[in-house]
Amino acid sequence: MITKDYIITSAQGMHARPATQLVKLAKGFKSATSLKKGDKTVKLNSLLNILSLSIKGGETISVIMDGEDEVSAAVVIDDFFTKQLKEL
Amino acid sequence: MKGIGVSPGIAIGKAFVIKKNAPATNGIVLKNQVEIVAEIERFDISVTNALAEIDAIKNNSQLMLNDDDIAILETQVELINDPQIREDVVAKIEEEKKTANDAMIEVTAGIVTLFESMDDEYMRARSADFQDIGNRILKYINRTGDTNNRSFEPDTIVIADDLTPSDTITLDLNLVTGFATQAGSRTSHAAIIAKSKGLPAVVACGDELMTINHNDFIILDGLSGSVYVNPGEDIINRYSAKSASFRQQAEVLKMVKDKPAITADGKQVTLLANISDADDLTMVHDNGGEGVGLFRTEMLFMDRDTFPDEEEQFEFYKKAVLQAKGKPVVIRTIDIGGDKHLSYFNLLPELNPFLGYRAIRISLDQEGLFIVQLKAILRASAFGSVSIMFPMISNAKEIRDAKLILNKAKKELLEAGVIFSNDVKVGIMVEIPSAAVTADILAKEVDFFSIGTNDLCQYTLAVDRMNEKITHLYDPFNPGVLRLIQNIIEQGRAHNIHVGMCGEMASDPLATLLLLGMGLEDFSMSAASIPAIKNIIINNSEAKAKQICQQVMAMDSSENIIAYLKEITQ
Repeated sequence: MITKDYIITSAQGMHARPATQLVKLAKGFKSATSLKKGDKTVKLNSLLNILSLSIKGGETISVIMDGEDEVSAAVVIDDFFTKQLKEL
Repeated sequence: MKGIGVSPGIAIGKAFVIKKNAPATNGIVLKNQVEIVAEIERFDISVTNALAEIDAIKNNSQLMLNDDDIAILETQVELINDPQIREDVVAKIEEEKKTANDAMIEVTAGIVTLFESMDDEYMRARSADFQDIGNRILKYINRTGDTNNRSFEPDTIVIADDLTPSDTITLDLNLVTGFATQAGSRTSHAAIIAKSKGLPAVVACGDELMTINHNDFIILDGLSGSVYVNPGEDIINRYSAKSASFRQQAEVLKMVKDKPAITADGKQVTLLANISDADDLTMVHDNGGEGVGLFRTEMLFMDRDTFPDEEEQFEFYKKAVLQAKGKPVVIRTIDIGGDKHLSYFNLLPELNPFLGYRAIRISLDQEGLFIVQLKAILRASAFGSVSIMFPMISNAKEIRDAKLILNKAKKELLEAGVIFSNDVKVGIMVEIPSAAVTADILAKEVDFFSIGTNDLCQYTLAVDRMNEKITHLYDPFNPGVLRLIQNIIEQGRAHNIHVGMCGEMASDPLATLLLLGMGLEDFSMSAASIPAIKNIIINNSEAKAKQICQQVMAMDSSENIIAYLKEITQ
């Protein structure tokens, strides 16, 4: 299992467009992926659940990846939070 | 009638009223397992059909969808396919024995209520998107008539309770000149789409809007939020004129907004904005600004009783850095004193306040205050591209002293384990004649210069900007001022550091080509001035600008210079 923390670097936070992108990325892996904000954890395959966390710019979240391809999932998701998110 | 104007412009045309029937529950209780399985299957087939409909829209080349439209459709695909929504619907069918119709209506209502109660305006506005998704699936569950494929006459103004993503994508917006909705907010889907399409729009008009009938004559003002129904001739005439001038302006802006500021012969410059707080950035993005060349921090310090602490300053800077969306932000450390006073910070009256205790002089004297600001700025640097700029530098020692304190601030953050960017550039305002003359010395100490023409002009010409009797002497086109500006740019370039300008001269169309000819790379100004300056850059060449510069620098008076510049900018 891999857990990584990220600060949300886009002003609007996880709004619909980046959240959609994230769900699409997560669905490409066999590993179970989830997102944690505060004491709430949701699966990354549901856009509804990600949006319901109402993640704002500057907030810290954790991503948890568990499964056979968790290492490559971590690389892709890391790229999403550190690079792509700013442009979405 | 008045609502919230969300997309500027004037629309004049005939009303097309869209009324929707709300989906209704049927209250049927399923009797056995066979019915339960059938209802789940009905739901799944409806999802498949709703997805196919979106695919058809996506692949319809006639709709000419842009990237934003595609992104909206992809979000819809994910929501229609959402495993959580399916799980909730299936649970209601299996456990509560409800029909697919009732289950879907209830699940949608639950989601809508959840999002409506959120404290974030953007998220609240998403409740309409979820309602839209629910309706899309429900349409197939019940196979009710399609509300799409509406055809419009030219100059139609759409009047609706709200416009959903599916509405705005399938409506032929090419024939629509504007729309008004009963519900909605600045961040509702209708508002976002109106702005991206450049259509005037007013939202949140209230119940009165639905009293409008088909073919009523409508004028709507997307800036003020006014909606006129069957107005008199005077209003029609007034708005027809307004509409024409707005269109003309918008045309220029639209033409240059997304173009880079490159001259005909390929010289690229950067057009930045001067801001006072995060909210100003909306205007910056709307006008095609490429970042912030001057973030004045004084606003945070004014109109209060005590100095803001590190946390409050950090939040203030961070907000702006996030709003800049990755574009560079140059933050200037406080420039108080002179004509800017703080009630809680006792500045003694001075005979010559502009020559007195102000800006970096206060910061270096009050290290405790300075380091708090520097730490707050450094912490904000973790959220984007941040540079620090020191105002009122008159010699190299002040820069070295300021950098020592900056390093102290960095060390304290490192020791406390607080993150910040390791690529924060350091620059100075060049606005004191000694700094302008010794630009070659100062260039070795910093990463960039930003020319502050307002103070540079006042100090070089010994003209108090506040004294009305001598305003005629305050003249940035005085050859003395121009020579200093030229020296700053040349020395900066000779030492390979970036040179920008954030004073008023940067937004003066008369000065644009002259400054370009001198080799200025960054122009920072109020956001509203950016399109006009960009228009000048795009329609001229660097070669021509260099010639103009040569001519001007050989002239002996500002009268001649101004007359010449007026002539060539005609």
